[in-house]
Amino acid sequence: MPPDSDGVPNKTRRDFLKKSSFLTAAAFVPVTVVNAAVNQWDEKLASVFEKTSLHLEVNGLALNLSVEPRTTLLDLLREQLNLTGTKKGCDRGQCGACTVHADGMRINSCLSLAVTNEGKKITTIEGLSKGQELHPMQEAFIKHDGFQCGYCTPGQIMSAVALIKEGHAGSEMEIREYMSGNICRCGAYPNIVNAIQEVKTGGLS
Amino acid sequence: MKKDAIGDSLSRVDGRLKVTGGAKYSGEFKITGLTYGVLVPATITNGTITSIDTKAAERAPGVLKVITYLNATKVPGYQPDESKPASKGLKLFNDNKIHFNQQPIALVIADTFERATYAASLIKATYQKEPFKTNFHQNIDNSMVPQGGNYKDYIRGEADAYKNAPVKIEQAYLLPSEIHNPMELHVTTAFWNTDGKLTVFTKSQGVISSQKAFANAFKIEQSTVQINSRFVGGAFGSSLRTWPHEIAAAQAAKMLNRPVKLTLTREQMFTLVGYRPQTIQKMGIGATPDGQLVGITHESLSQSAVYEEFTERSVNVSRFLYASPNANTRYKVVPLHVGVPAPMRGPGEATGAFALECALDELAYALNMDPIALRLKNYADADPEKNLPWSSKYLKECYQKGADKIGWEKRSSKPGTNREGDWLVGYGIGCGAFGAYRNKAQAYIKLLADGSVNIKSATSDIGPGTGTSMVLIAADILKISAEKITFDLGDSSLPEAPTQGGSATVSSVGSAVHDVCIALKKKLNTLTGKPENNEDLDYAKILKQQNLPFIELTQGSEGTDEAKNYSMYSFSAHFVQVHVHALTGAWRIKKVVAVVDAGKIVNNKTASSQMIGGAVGGIGMAMTEEAIIDDRFGRLVNGNLADYHVPVNADIPQIEAIFINKPDMHTNPLGTKGIGEISLIGVAPAIANAVYNATGKRIRELPITPDKLI
Repeated sequence: MPPDSDGVPNKTRRDFLKKSSFLTAAAFVPVTVVNAAVNQWDEKLASVFEKTSLHLEVNGLALNLSVEPRTTLLDLLREQLNLTGTKKGCDRGQCGACTVHADGMRINSCLSLAVTNEGKKITTIEGLSKGQELHPMQEAFIKHDGFQCGYCTPGQIMSAVALIKEGHAGSEMEIREYMSGNICRCGAYPNIVNAIQEVKTGGLS
Repeated sequence: MKKDAIGDSLSRVDGRLKVTGGAKYSGEFKITGLTYGVLVPATITNGTITSIDTKAAERAPGVLKVITYLNATKVPGYQPDESKPASKGLKLFNDNKIHFNQQPIALVIADTFERATYAASLIKATYQKEPFKTNFHQNIDNSMVPQGGNYKDYIRGEADAYKNAPVKIEQAYLLPSEIHNPMELHVTTAFWNTDGKLTVFTKSQGVISSQKAFANAFKIEQSTVQINSRFVGGAFGSSLRTWPHEIAAAQAAKMLNRPVKLTLTREQMFTLVGYRPQTIQKMGIGATPDGQLVGITHESLSQSAVYEEFTERSVNVSRFLYASPNANTRYKVVPLHVGVPAPMRGPGEATGAFALECALDELAYALNMDPIALRLKNYADADPEKNLPWSSKYLKECYQKGADKIGWEKRSSKPGTNREGDWLVGYGIGCGAFGAYRNKAQAYIKLLADGSVNIKSATSDIGPGTGTSMVLIAADILKISAEKITFDLGDSSLPEAPTQGGSATVSSVGSAVHDVCIALKKKLNTLTGKPENNEDLDYAKILKQQNLPFIELTQGSEGTDEAKNYSMYSFSAHFVQVHVHALTGAWRIKKVVAVVDAGKIVNNKTASSQMIGGAVGGIGMAMTEEAIIDDRFGRLVNGNLADYHVPVNADIPQIEAIFINKPDMHTNPLGTKGIGEISLIGVAPAIANAVYNATGKRIRELPITPDKLI
């Protein structure tokens, strides 16, 4: 690809929709539909049809949603449900900041389109504690100072809770290996390992 | 009554918010009518835009505006006037010039993130391409003395005296560009109120400096700009300045008359918010056969940008860390068609220490001398550069404690001879220094009827635990429990504080908190007619007796002239044990011991974490991190966290932080010297030296990836 080409194909699906609506208008109903195209009502209409229904249980709350298929679970949580505890660090599944539980499994919510989670139970950091009572992993992170800036922390904690359930917290080395999908740029790794080990051995549960 | 005090281990006061998702970072505020901005990158590396086709993007659903240089309202502060020429630096959407690949050419604003992202993909541009320079090594002939005027070559005694020494080392040390990559993406949300006031939520290490930058850009009163940045998801220097895209967010908000949130992608974080610049350092170091230094020469060539000069103090450490009678330094920059660098944790000092401490290690082997013994032989009892006594220096103690903890006696003086099965074992030391700075700061205190205290200052917390330290300082002085104290920061309407950088927050803002607490006690003693220094204060009772609902006061604090009589530095000695697989070159950092003379330590818990974090940063610098440009196109090829490797949990062993913890009463009333930078400075050479000790391979070009070891 030449470096000065941005690689965008000339014909987009959107262009096709536009042209077909214009052709339809020209062929059958003149003025009103042509006006619709000019005023981009077709776009507004299309955008409604482009949404799809989605049923999710988020932190114990059943939700009936209408989302665009291209919306990631992460952006749904952060931008539409105001659950900003789940963080965006890369949007490419490379950093783990967006880790949530889907039916109890840890996933990168940035790599999961929201609509593919139909019927699933999603747990985010906001749903981990029982009211004012913190989850033992949250307590352990505070006690062992398993964070500094705190941005990767929700993802680390969600990952750590799942890690113990998976049976991957058998040794310090195993914890390190299975926590390596969660990057911490402040470098709190040793403290994170200590926190997980304490919870694993029942120290804080 | 007195429960917490300086030197304790207090858990973070904002810990609960951070572990529950309750901490709100700059892109996380629910704002009515919020719109989403996405930047469109240039696909050439040098030249001009000849056309931009925005029609398809403008017609895409949900798109509210596409901003380019063709339609952007001019940012007043970008324009030259009679009083001054145009300021340097990148000005987005101000003209059609492209200075580096992926420089933004358009900003698409839509009602959702998805729609803005899609529409951004529809922008088409054509360019007039010009030749470009991105290859650092091919362009070192174009190096120049910095134009900015804050660098001068340095000579003490005789220049290049090392050349005549009986034993000498002459080597070059290469550092690639390293990207800050804080976990939080840089994000700015801006909106204009009907009264013309500008409100900005942005990732900032200094809300007052951000406030000034926005005020200057839009030529409005500083007081009409409100900056909010209470939680910052890491920065490491990338948020020391206000970047052009932050101004663009406010510019867009003004054009649209709606709030705009502009979030950089991770890829954009590699080009738009600075990095540690690629550097070649030539070291000449010579000694007598018994290890007495004769001379040190340190030359540095450092990558900079064609549109804005960037300099750092990479050569300075060689002037004062060791007592060499002769020392000289030279520093030049190599301007390229790249985004401008920015200070990255331990900025130039970390770069410089890599060269100096590796060269010293090479000298130790050439002399057949223990590297610690060589350092002790040339220990500087006073600052040889400034000719001043140190305000304090306990580096000898650092050597001793570190050697004991790492097990230095197990180090083989013959490289490549210490083996555990298939693994070669090596030990290394690397030292560093960073200035102990103190800047002017103010703090406000309010004592409430229940005896609780609120303190405010416009400082930041990018991760070290600023609020926690401030609470501890106040608890120590007021002699009340930390639970009764709250500390507010990250808000430009609070009393002025310096930007969080240069390891100076506790020394600057902590001193202001110290002073305002003392002032409060004095005020109460005056009210009750007690002697000024009376320590027996029942705060709630006094307010009740005086029939006052609260007492508040603000106090400024700054250093004295005494500082001029001393040379003030934090010092560190990092010790590393490394294993290198004899066949594959795979490495394991087995142990790190970081020993630091940073004056008094306020909060042992968060300070230890900061030291550990610095060591992890140093491991990345030494072993994994390297930004790579494809010079055919001038574009970064590994601008993401899968291809640019930062250390992950599996790379990191247990790291021990040891503090000398002796107060330096010349620096400030708390006796602190700062640890943010020193935690990283000296780590990379300690690792490189350990790798040599293990393998006999001297790697002078970071990162030390396994391919370089086989």
